Amino acid sequence: MPPGSREIAESCLDLLNIELVRSYSEQLKGRPELAGRRVEAIGFQVGQQLVERATKERPRFADHLEVIKFICKDLWSDVFKKQVDNLKTNHRGTFVLQDTRFRWLTRLSSDVPPPGTPVSPSDTPAARASAEAGAYLYFPCGLIRGALTNLGIPCTVSAEVNQLPACSFTIKIKP
Amino acid sequence: MKAALRPGDAAFANVEKVNAELFTLTYGAVVRQLLTDHEDVDDVNKQLDSMGYNIGIRLIDEFLAKSNSAKCADFRETADVIAKVGFKMFLGVSPTVANWSPDGKECSLLMDDNPLVDFVELPDTCQGLSYCSILCGVLRGALEMISMRTEVRIVKDMLKGDDVYEIRMRLIETVPEELPYKDDE
Repeated sequence: MPPGSREIAESCLDLLNIELVRSYSEQLKGRPELAGRRVEAIGFQVGQQLVERATKERPRFADHLEVIKFICKDLWSDVFKKQVDNLKTNHRGTFVLQDTRFRWLTRLSSDVPPPGTPVSPSDTPAARASAEAGAYLYFPCGLIRGALTNLGIPCTVSAEVNQLPACSFTIKIKP
Repeated sequence: MKAALRPGDAAFANVEKVNAELFTLTYGAVVRQLLTDHEDVDDVNKQLDSMGYNIGIRLIDEFLAKSNSAKCADFRETADVIAKVGFKMFLGVSPTVANWSPDGKECSLLMDDNPLVDFVELPDTCQGLSYCSILCGVLRGALEMISMRTEVRIVKDMLKGDDVYEIRMRLIETVPEELPYKDDE
C-alpha cells in the first residue's frame, strides 16, 4: 500500500500518546517540566515532518494569517479530525485557537474527589481538569510549533483547558 | 454470493481510524528522541519494549471489547487470532503464522507490510537498533493479561535487509486465573 493512503486504528495513536506521557513522567520523576519538554520535542519533530509532506504541492503562503488559517483548517482536520472552532488575534502576533471538542482530550476523564473531601476554593473541577490534561498537551503544542516553525514562523505555543474536552492554544509569534 | 467479512476485516471496519502517516511519524519521533536520551542502543530497544508492554496491557481491553473473538482453546488458536484479528484491527495488516515448533509452544508472525516502518531507513550508526521492538512488548503485555506468559523477539527485520519481518513468540507458561475473592465472600 502506498504510504499516505494507509489507515490504522486511532487507538494505536492514543495508546502511544498516553504511554509517551507516562513513560517520560516516570523516567523524569519529580521533574515534570523536563518530561514535558521531551514530549514537546517529539511533537515538534512530528509537526515539522507533517507540514513538509502536507505543503509539498501548494503555492507559498502570502502572510502569517494564511499560514495560521492553514493550521486551523488543513492540519487540524488531518490530525485532530475537525477544524478549529474559533480563531482570535490581537493583530500583533498573538493568535488564540479554540477547539470546543479537542480530539485528544475527548477520551480523558478527570477524577472526582471522594465525597466529604474538603475542597479548597482553587480546587475547582476546571482547575483539576486543566492540571490533569496539561501533561497530554505538550505533544500537540510541540506539533503546532513544529508545523509553524517549518513554515517560517518561529513562535511559542501554550495550551489551556477550561472544561474538558474544550481547549485553546495560544500562539505567540517571535518578533 | 458475497462472502461474509472475515473477523479481522469486520473489527477493522468498526474502529475509528486515522491516517497512518501521523502514527508512523509519531513513532519515528519517539524512537529518535529515545536515541538522543540514551547512549546505548540496547537501552533504546529495552525502552521500546517496555513502552510496548504498557501499551499491550491496555490494548487488550479494547481488543476484547471490540474484536468479537471467542475464547481461544490453545496457543495455536491464540496466535491465529493475533495475526488475523489483532494485527488487522489495530494496524490494518495481517501477518502469516508460520514456523511452529513441534511442541506447539513457539511460532513466528511473518509480515512484509508494516505500517511502523513507512519512510524509515536505519543509518549505519543504528544497526543495533531493533526499530519495531515495541511490537514485541505489546504482544507480551497483551498476552500476559489473558494469562499467557510469553517471550517475544524480532528475529528478522526488513530494515536490516531481511526479506520479511519475523516476530518469534514463545509460550513460557499459562498462568491459571486467580480470582481475588471467593464466591461466598
